[in-house]
Amino acid sequence: MSGLPRVGVVTFPGSLDDRDALRAVAFMGGEGVPLWHADRDLRGVDAVILPGGFSYGDYLRCGAIARFAPVMEEVAAFADAGGPVVGICNGFQILCEAGLLPGALVRNRQLRFVCRWVEVRVETSISPLTGDLVAGEVLRVPVKHGEGRFVATDEQLARIEGEGLVVFRYCAADGSLGDVHNPNGASNAIAGIRNEAGNVVGLMPHPEHAVDPDVGATGGQPLFASLLSNALARVAP
Amino acid sequence: MTEPLHRALGLTDDELGSIRSTLGREPNRDELAMYAAMWSEHCSYKSSKVHLRSLPTEGPRILVGPGQDAGAVDVGDGLAAVFKMESHSHPSAIEPYQGAATGVGGIVRDVVAMGARPIAILDPLRFGPLTDERNRWLLEGVVAGIGGYGNCIGVPTVGGELQFARPHAANPTVNVMCVGVAPAERLVTSAREVREGSVLVLFGAATGRDGIGGVSVLASRTIEDGADETRPSVQIGDPFAEKLLIEASLELVDRGLLEGLQDLGGAGITCAVSESAARAGLGAEIDLDAVPLRERGLEPFEILTSESQERMLAVVAPDRVDEVRAVCERWGLPAVVVGRLVDGGALRVRIRGATVAEVSARSLADEGPEYARPREPPEAQDDLLNDDPTFATVTTSPEDAFVTVLSSPNIAGKRWVWEQYDSIVQGGTVRGPGGDAALVRIEGTLRALALSSDGKGRFGLLDPYLGAAHAVAESARNVACTGATPLAITNCLNFGNPERPEVMWQFAESVRGIADACRALETPVTGGNVSFYNESGDSAIWPTAMIGMLGVIEDYRLAVSQAFGPGSWIYLAGESFPELGGSEFGEAVLGVVGGRPPALDLERERALHLLLVHAAGTGMLESGHDCAEGGLAIALAESAIAGGTGFAVTIPGDEPPHIGMFSESASRAVLSVDPSRATELEDAAAGLGVPLARLGETGGPRIVFDGVFEMTVEEAWAIHENAIPMLLAG
Repeated sequence: MSGLPRVGVVTFPGSLDDRDALRAVAFMGGEGVPLWHADRDLRGVDAVILPGGFSYGDYLRCGAIARFAPVMEEVAAFADAGGPVVGICNGFQILCEAGLLPGALVRNRQLRFVCRWVEVRVETSISPLTGDLVAGEVLRVPVKHGEGRFVATDEQLARIEGEGLVVFRYCAADGSLGDVHNPNGASNAIAGIRNEAGNVVGLMPHPEHAVDPDVGATGGQPLFASLLSNALARVAP
Repeated sequence: MTEPLHRALGLTDDELGSIRSTLGREPNRDELAMYAAMWSEHCSYKSSKVHLRSLPTEGPRILVGPGQDAGAVDVGDGLAAVFKMESHSHPSAIEPYQGAATGVGGIVRDVVAMGARPIAILDPLRFGPLTDERNRWLLEGVVAGIGGYGNCIGVPTVGGELQFARPHAANPTVNVMCVGVAPAERLVTSAREVREGSVLVLFGAATGRDGIGGVSVLASRTIEDGADETRPSVQIGDPFAEKLLIEASLELVDRGLLEGLQDLGGAGITCAVSESAARAGLGAEIDLDAVPLRERGLEPFEILTSESQERMLAVVAPDRVDEVRAVCERWGLPAVVVGRLVDGGALRVRIRGATVAEVSARSLADEGPEYARPREPPEAQDDLLNDDPTFATVTTSPEDAFVTVLSSPNIAGKRWVWEQYDSIVQGGTVRGPGGDAALVRIEGTLRALALSSDGKGRFGLLDPYLGAAHAVAESARNVACTGATPLAITNCLNFGNPERPEVMWQFAESVRGIADACRALETPVTGGNVSFYNESGDSAIWPTAMIGMLGVIEDYRLAVSQAFGPGSWIYLAGESFPELGGSEFGEAVLGVVGGRPPALDLERERALHLLLVHAAGTGMLESGHDCAEGGLAIALAESAIAGGTGFAVTIPGDEPPHIGMFSESASRAVLSVDPSRATELEDAAAGLGVPLARLGETGGPRIVFDGVFEMTVEEAWAIHENAIPMLLAG
């Protein structure tokens, strides 16, 4: 064994940012492990990423078909056992569809796809992506989605807020909130949430596109660093 | 009285005559449909071939020239960049979302068919004015279609162009360019060994009735009233199927399972099979019963010419067929053997055991008609040239003119468009939309491809030779401004009805302009596409030679951006002349589309590029920006807006300020350097014979044209940024 934290990235038919997530893991010093949607096998990884894209063409509803992929049973079992699971963009949609996270992602308020660099504020250290960060830190990362507006019932929303499940909110560079900084009209400017146990996190922004300084800002670096230290803690000594 | 079938299919009586003499008999209905598709203007280039032959197509870095699915250029380290541009204007005029979406799908498959992974898309677009609701509907649909398809297949849309002109209202121009990368030795070209007995495997989507007659009915005729009836000729795209098709095709290529690969686009199975066979000097037998159909009851001619999307044809050695099937199955794609290559040149088509067509593959693919159509300049051409805004009396103040030009939709910021495109997927986008050229790095190297698309509508109308030459020069300049060396072009030539001598003159002049400019700048033509019949009634689009330039920068960390930072000296490289002919100022401020376009000295142009590449490579530039549409004032403003940094400059020359500010003289760039490197830049420019004038310096929150006017960068930003969203709001 290399001793490096091993992070699995699932490729569904229609996944697009799977290679990017693998590249980001490697860039940050981990070992990226490609996983295939049809395999009931996580190859002994220490963390799982469900990447961005349009799994199964996002026909029916974003993420609605991917949740039934054979690999998802393994992902659910892994999450139940406390394993760190990260859903990025389409991966976030899949986690919501699979019931691993509350709420849903619907069509952007402006009814158009949006690809843009945004700022997000970290709201909690309790998540596989934010363990090394403190609440209030602001990170620059890109979003790119047509259906990224987080919504939930009033009851769910009250619980999400009450239990501190919000992990990221869209904000200004100084961390202040405002509608103009919210790229899709998400409820309470929510960009990412976690489960109660704190080991499953979903977010619309793409941290994997924000680790290499040669192609943009590096707000994704501390998130991947946190994920790798979280995963490392699970590597058998 | 009903029209004879051949005419209804778009064939002339003479063309029918030569089909008869090739076959030695009367063609049947299915054969006629195959010829109509393959001999259509769109597929056969029958009106353009005679001119296109004059284009320079060879150079030390050209690996694949015109005639293949896409061109290929050696970009070092044994890698090839594969690229091509195509038009999807006709379908987009009828159904903007699907028309544009399937345009993206088609050009991406062209690149995949060469065995290359698509890494970038660019979309140059032309519409009528946004003050008209229908034009807004077209723009919104086309942009949504490009995004809807491109975003879903995971290929970043990194650039393009958007201009507006009234003649493009009935006929919007929708061009799409795709760029891919492959190991040079793995390129799939016809040079590969394709043998008699090789099997033809059709994989991807099932075949339906969509797109029947797309090339012969839609793309090879003008769009008249009642165009809605041709809507069924527009294909419907399924980007998810395309994504699977890309991955499956590239896996087949990577594993060396293929002898050949063709995408199915215009003219469908007929085109893919006849070209595969003709290139190998063989014939083919195909069995239509094997073709997976979306619905029952398709006629043979429908199966043969359907333009259903997301299909590919592989040429496979018989003993590799099972492996090919297994790969396709893994990606969830049906793959069936539909035929094989055979000795002799005949293409034989069977259905239910009976032969329904038997024609020469070569006559379909290569022996289409060729026309040297008459050409003549339009009568009013001299009047247009003489109506030159350079000599007009101007009462508008320079400040008002500046605001008018900066907020003109041609000049204004296009963020509303490019934010709808995923420009960063694949992780290689060093520089995305909004600058002079996009930069996409080649994985595992420090090299990046520099990509720009440019067309010069007004210049083209006034002088098609100069317009096309300017388009080549400007696209090369855009690439050079980032520090990259321009290497080669692809193109899409958008024109009206070639049967009209004025249009044919515009076309021939444009090709001549491209040829001269490409020779002088040493950027050969690797391929392209011709889109004729872009007219309604007697109103043609502006002759638009769209150029897609590809360059390479050796180390993308040295790439230069157009953004000003504080504390630099500003220089204008190149020389300004009183040249407002065909300018944005002329149209936006004076309402005049006329005059003589700026002169173009290709030697000076090339010297400027050498300076830009040298200056970037030695790290002496803080910024570099092409100075073209809108003139010097706009180039300065764009650099200020991009960097959020103001400037103070003196516009050189003794003429009234609007001449120096808005003239669109060629071969110029706005540069900024740290004062400590100014001498170095001046020496380099002198060495290359490039005129260099210091205009002022950067810094502060204001843009200041000394003695003329000033405003804040923030005001300029708002004018530039908000113009298009405000127009779209109606």
